[in-house]
Amino acid sequence: MTTFVMRKMRRKGLASMAVQTVSATQTVDLGPASGLSCRECGEQFPLGPIFACELCFGPLEVSYDLPLGDPEALRKRIEAGPDNIWRYAPLLPVPADVAQKPNLNPGWTKLVQADNLAGALGVEPGKLFVKDDSGNPTHSFKDRVVAQALEAARAFGFTTLSCSSTGNLAGAVGAAAARAGFRSCVFIPHDLEQGKVVMAAVYGGELVGIEGNYDDVNRFCSELIGDPAGEGWGFVNVNLRPYYGEGSKTLAYEICEQLGWRLPDQIVIPIASGSQLTKIDKGLQELIKLGLVEDKPYKIFGAQAEGCSPVSVAFKAGHDVVRPQKPDTIAKSLAIGNPADGPYVLDICRRTGGAVEDVTDEQIVDAIKLLARTEGIFTETAGGTTLGVAKKLIESGAIDPSLTTVVVNTGDGLKTLDAVAPTTGMTAVIRPNLDSFREAGLA
Amino acid sequence: MSVNVRIPTILRTYTGGQAEVSAEGATLSEVIADLEKNHTGIAARVLDDQGKLRRFVNVYVNDDDVRFEQGLETATPDGAGVSIIPAVAGGC
Repeated sequence: MTTFVMRKMRRKGLASMAVQTVSATQTVDLGPASGLSCRECGEQFPLGPIFACELCFGPLEVSYDLPLGDPEALRKRIEAGPDNIWRYAPLLPVPADVAQKPNLNPGWTKLVQADNLAGALGVEPGKLFVKDDSGNPTHSFKDRVVAQALEAARAFGFTTLSCSSTGNLAGAVGAAAARAGFRSCVFIPHDLEQGKVVMAAVYGGELVGIEGNYDDVNRFCSELIGDPAGEGWGFVNVNLRPYYGEGSKTLAYEICEQLGWRLPDQIVIPIASGSQLTKIDKGLQELIKLGLVEDKPYKIFGAQAEGCSPVSVAFKAGHDVVRPQKPDTIAKSLAIGNPADGPYVLDICRRTGGAVEDVTDEQIVDAIKLLARTEGIFTETAGGTTLGVAKKLIESGAIDPSLTTVVVNTGDGLKTLDAVAPTTGMTAVIRPNLDSFREAGLA
Repeated sequence: MSVNVRIPTILRTYTGGQAEVSAEGATLSEVIADLEKNHTGIAARVLDDQGKLRRFVNVYVNDDDVRFEQGLETATPDGAGVSIIPAVAGGC
């Protein structure tokens, strides 16, 4: 399939436009980022558009020279910063002047104190919060990670942004590229929800449907990057993945700052590849190390859909290895059957005393409606999965209802209307007169 | 059985920069052994100390992930395409 798609790309003229010259050895300014290290074997690499360890294929992640020593000064500097993720620029792989460059300035989304939802779930008032990332420019948390990848792309001299996507990322890349004056060419499964296709295509970049599921798309992009057709492309979640993933740390920073520079006791996070969960943990650990929050225990819980639950299955079985699955769920943005960061998610949830759980598609839809009807927040299927798992864990006692809990809502329900459309609709259709209104029992 | 093996960028130091090489073998295990014969050192990058596929390496025979098939014992028919791909890509 892959070679076939590449041939198709060449026929359509997509590949011929892709070849650019990039010098990976040029001096790069990515602020406090000091290098890349392999999460598996610890091998060190200089900053560059690479993502896997040459020795063991392990994932590379960004190392930093963090501004240690004066937490009060750092806290004041952050609080005086812009109302977006760039307030945390001293902790991110971005140049100091990042806020002056054209980008979507995502982040600083609302942390909603969800007392109505708390009441419905039996959680103490004032203890349950929803981090509502549907408020980002393209209505999902992906704007955070793409903003980091964009800066890395600039630093490495790329002018084309690309990605494999389950939908949300495609829109975020298209929008960021449009704003920054980059070309974009993104790849999605051909059978994605119509809303996500529209939201990705509207920004004007090339949008290519691949005949296969997300794992097929991802595999194709990984092969494209090693082919002359993909030379010079910045794939945000492939060769820029170490930088891109760091954007999820800003969720942790914001949650703690919005809680008054406190760690939450419990946090529930969706798992697709698992990167977001691992980076939220990294962000929390950094805040502790920097002295910006008090060091105390916290628990991290991961959420999957039953129809794509490789990490949940491994967690419950006590395994360290995640066996890939073929996804079949309405939560398409979480439908990654072979999650790259799955083993690390298991480590983190076990280390913190949390858990990984999954819910059925029906429970996902019920949770979407519950959040909408209690808090006026319309979440997509990923958020429904996260809340559904939070509900399940509260009911089982794994989540303590007397402690501060944050549920991460990663995207807007308008992206997945198909999931709830069959079970929502008009209460009644009446004639335009009062008798008809009364007959319908609406008075 | 002769197959075409697509080599990821980070292993091309072992293949003289070639993105695709041919190898012999009726199973993936035999194909990797043949690769090692002609491109010394490559097997240790793909396999761990126990001789299993490293957890961050994905291998496909034609379009099939060998983890869904018979792993290293997956059959590699004559003319098949074998792709070795870093597993850490994608998602968020």
